Amino acid sequence: MTPHAKRAAAYVANTARMHWHDKALWHVREKRDRAAATVPEWEALRTQAAALKAHTLSRLGEYLEAFEANARKLGAEVHWAVDAEEHNRVVLGILKERGLSRLVKSKSMLTEECHLNGFLEKHGVDVIDSDLGERIVQLARETPSHIVLPAIHKKKEEIGELFFQHLKTDKGASDPKYLTEAARGHLRERFLAADAGLTGVNFAIAETGGIVVCTNEGNADLGASLPRVHIASLGVEKLIPKAEDLPVFLRLLARSATGQPVTSYTSHFHGPRPGGELHLVIVDNGRSALLASATHRRALSCIRCGACMNTCPVFRRSGGHSYGATVPGPIGSVLSPSADAKRYAGLPFASSLCGSCTDVCPVKIDLHHQLLVWRQELGEAGLTPLSKRLAARLGSFVLQRPWLYRLVGWLGRAALRRLPRALLYLPLNAWGRQRELPPAPARSFRARFKKALR
Amino acid sequence: MSSREHILSAVRRAAAPDVPRPSAFSGWQRFEEPLAHFARMLGEVGGTLVRVISEDALRDSVASLEVVAKAKKVASLVPEAHPGTVRLAGVEDPHQLASVEVAVLRGAFGVAENGAVWVPGAALGARRALLFVCQHLVLVVDPADVVPTLHEAYARLRFEGPNFGCFVAGPSKTADIEQALVIGAHGARSATVFLVG
Repeated sequence: MTPHAKRAAAYVANTARMHWHDKALWHVREKRDRAAATVPEWEALRTQAAALKAHTLSRLGEYLEAFEANARKLGAEVHWAVDAEEHNRVVLGILKERGLSRLVKSKSMLTEECHLNGFLEKHGVDVIDSDLGERIVQLARETPSHIVLPAIHKKKEEIGELFFQHLKTDKGASDPKYLTEAARGHLRERFLAADAGLTGVNFAIAETGGIVVCTNEGNADLGASLPRVHIASLGVEKLIPKAEDLPVFLRLLARSATGQPVTSYTSHFHGPRPGGELHLVIVDNGRSALLASATHRRALSCIRCGACMNTCPVFRRSGGHSYGATVPGPIGSVLSPSADAKRYAGLPFASSLCGSCTDVCPVKIDLHHQLLVWRQELGEAGLTPLSKRLAARLGSFVLQRPWLYRLVGWLGRAALRRLPRALLYLPLNAWGRQRELPPAPARSFRARFKKALR
Repeated sequence: MSSREHILSAVRRAAAPDVPRPSAFSGWQRFEEPLAHFARMLGEVGGTLVRVISEDALRDSVASLEVVAKAKKVASLVPEAHPGTVRLAGVEDPHQLASVEVAVLRGAFGVAENGAVWVPGAALGARRALLFVCQHLVLVVDPADVVPTLHEAYARLRFEGPNFGCFVAGPSKTADIEQALVIGAHGARSATVFLVG
């Protein structure tokens, strides 16, 4: 079993919880459908977004240089980081040089990918995640299980217990309104005490040198507006050419993510605020390697809406943590093996290849096709289990020999009819572990087809 | 080689053959009554719309809002809507604004498709935190300035020189605890948009 399958098995063992998780995410998927249906030009928007991303990625060097030059003109400082380690050192350097030690963060999957929090804490920086979901998983010493809904795996009673321990809320209290109010009070103190704010970036505009950050809570905005120093971390793939391209992406993003027509706050930062500092940290960390792959570069178009997770029948039932990757779900299963093929070799198999992810993706990434290609690539690299490779080779051998195929078909039907259950459902039969084998047909398709022709 | 050079040469080596820029997007939706649609969408994102016919009516209507009537600290950049009780001139440190209960600000325009209002940061400057730190937000918009979609919205925006601006769609909200919608996460607990005229 792959690590994902093992963790998923543990998750689905609690049937009630599995259905609860499944239902919560399907609810978000339905909201997405309703929101998309209100925009008659939805499909045209998706096509345009995909084309804009493909164009940008083909000239990424040019757009990165333009973004850097324009951001500098606005007074921002631009830093470059080849990998996660350099990103973390750059952020720490900005803080240390200025004697800052209280950082308030808003959501940034990039900093999760870089494991920034642990690094900064080791160097004496007090790091607070301010997005409510992220704060919950930070207090629980966990990682987000979903890129848009970080604490979707937690029940309100568990959050109540966590807040009772850390925020002194009433024992047993689990009302979301009450808990959110408690977090608001607790985090407001932290916002006011922070001496630096770090945000992610949704879009970086090459033509203007500005960045756009979307949140519902207003936490990124507080973090970027109260402390004097604002650090924004972005992967190279966040670039878009012009401000006039923003409506295409913004009309898709929130509707795809949560079914909202737009996030509560869509902040456009062009340079630092008067008297403040803005630091932009541009990170590669494996993205240029992904760009070099003709098949997988489309995955860099991802705008991190999470729609593929909400619709995925595997994600909904196995939970985000079963993927063991910073970005879970279909897009995570495409991105992760490119960072570490050996470690994440199991993820492209955490899919039924049903294609629902591809259907909902706002930038038309061919996710299920990419998962299939990964399976082939990982197989060729010898990174899939021997049993899988042998089975594939055996299948190939049989399918190339019609006489053998006929024989095996006959044997299979005979076996299904005659062999006792104990033999048919040996541990070797992975299919039969959770499923019933089909009843053997009286005649093969081939025989019926021949008869019909006559 | 610096990290900058390293990254730039890596993405240049890796990039696909040039993909041309698609032609400009066109053919987006129209609304028969953009104002009515704006009102509906503002409601959907948790905000409240108030229509008043004149500046006098605006002043009365703002003053009679429950959150304004109860507030001791009102910061206003729209004197014709509310005189304000907090002096904003001379405030350089946004932390001084932490106790503001109501902020009254001008919105440049509204967007019918999503209920958002564009709040330019020019008048706020170093005090842009006001938009997010206030407990309740009041925005004043000219009804002639409600555009149908984000496409028209961006056609109006120019980003020249250092600046800040934000689309604000209703109050701050979260659904991070079991998908239950809670209004007032970190930012404003309510957002009231006044259309004047």
